[in-house]
Amino acid sequence: MNGVHDMGGMHGLGPLVPEQNEPVWHAPWEARVFALTSAIGAWRKWNLDESRQQIERMPGADYLRSSYYEKWLIRTVALAIQTGLLTREEAMSGRPDPAAQAATPPLKAAQVEPSMRRGGPTTRSVDRQPVFRVGDSVRTRNIHPQTHTRLPRYARDKQGVVVALHGAHVFPDSNALRQGENAQPLYTVRFKAQDLWGEAANARDTVCIDLWEDYLAPV
Amino acid sequence: MSSGEHHDHDHDHSDVPSDLALRVKSLESLLVDKGLVDPAALDAIVDYYEHKVGPRNGARVVARAWADPDYKQRLLTDATAAIAELGYSGRQGEHMVVVENTPAVHNMVVCTLCSCYPWPVLGLPPAWYKSAAYRSRSVIEPRAVLQEFGVSVPEDAEVRVWDSTSEVRYLVLPERPAGTEGMSEEQLAALVTRDSMIGVGLAAAPQGAAA
Repeated sequence: MNGVHDMGGMHGLGPLVPEQNEPVWHAPWEARVFALTSAIGAWRKWNLDESRQQIERMPGADYLRSSYYEKWLIRTVALAIQTGLLTREEAMSGRPDPAAQAATPPLKAAQVEPSMRRGGPTTRSVDRQPVFRVGDSVRTRNIHPQTHTRLPRYARDKQGVVVALHGAHVFPDSNALRQGENAQPLYTVRFKAQDLWGEAANARDTVCIDLWEDYLAPV
Repeated sequence: MSSGEHHDHDHDHSDVPSDLALRVKSLESLLVDKGLVDPAALDAIVDYYEHKVGPRNGARVVARAWADPDYKQRLLTDATAAIAELGYSGRQGEHMVVVENTPAVHNMVVCTLCSCYPWPVLGLPPAWYKSAAYRSRSVIEPRAVLQEFGVSVPEDAEVRVWDSTSEVRYLVLPERPAGTEGMSEEQLAALVTRDSMIGVGLAAAPQGAAA
């Protein structure tokens, strides 16, 4: 979707303010939101792409106003309600439905480190053969889906060159909608900065973007 | 949740951090009471991301690559496997690629769509990396952003920006500073800054070396 989360190339989004000796968290609640989100994710009620999509669905003004972990909090509550882990009433009151039976958490403390170290690879074994090869020129499609996509607006309908093939990865656009993983070749495509931004850009500079095959057309 | 009168608007704009702290506390006790999360697991997750991952991991990878040409070759060919040799792997680092800075090419990494970042080797991202300013500007005016970080890339070198749109995560292999011949891996690792591995900084010069 053409949301404010798709920020590449926008102007006027404030100053860049690096912080010296920045702590991992700026308040204890940030750490708790991070941990809650990670732990409840172990129920596997939603996938990574649905999770990103949920944040992108925030009204644009709220997205810009909210801090990173505030977005996580809003997202986690919304997904928990949508998937039935919580009722809306429980989320509002902060108290469990008295009729509900207590569940057993799927992620125990002893499983945390192994689980984090394992992660969740998005590569899949598929029969689909890559259409493009390293060195091929490609053009990105001019698409504007109202739903989740990882083809940034600034890189649509642009020509570039394939510089790497990463095997087949889960396709976010379908996975976010629970329409299947549709795993397919993932490429890195290199664009000249001038092809993206015009003559004002440095003639030597480039931008490399990871793009799924369905985003690409032959030139 | 505490600001529950407007339930589809519970990210109340007047929230100050204490409101957020209360909301999070309320959510945590609800999820624990329902048996949806284990409080000890929450503590373990916080501990893991505070103490087990962070830029010192990435610095060890870089130092090994500087010290061992065979390792560097493996790192540039299959970064995920080479990084796992040092014991780093997992969430948000399942598919690693390492890109090498040279006098001709300066690499820098961004995620314009969210804030993707290689957690196993760099830890959780700093606030500026997640900021709208960095996400918007890095792709359109990378040299201006680099200048603000004190990095000046010559006009005749290429600035190559990596926008992390997929689950591939990028780590920059910074140039080895001059005057570091004969240094141990441990000494080398101390020169590798977090910013140099994102590509918005350079590795530090050794103490006593001319600037």
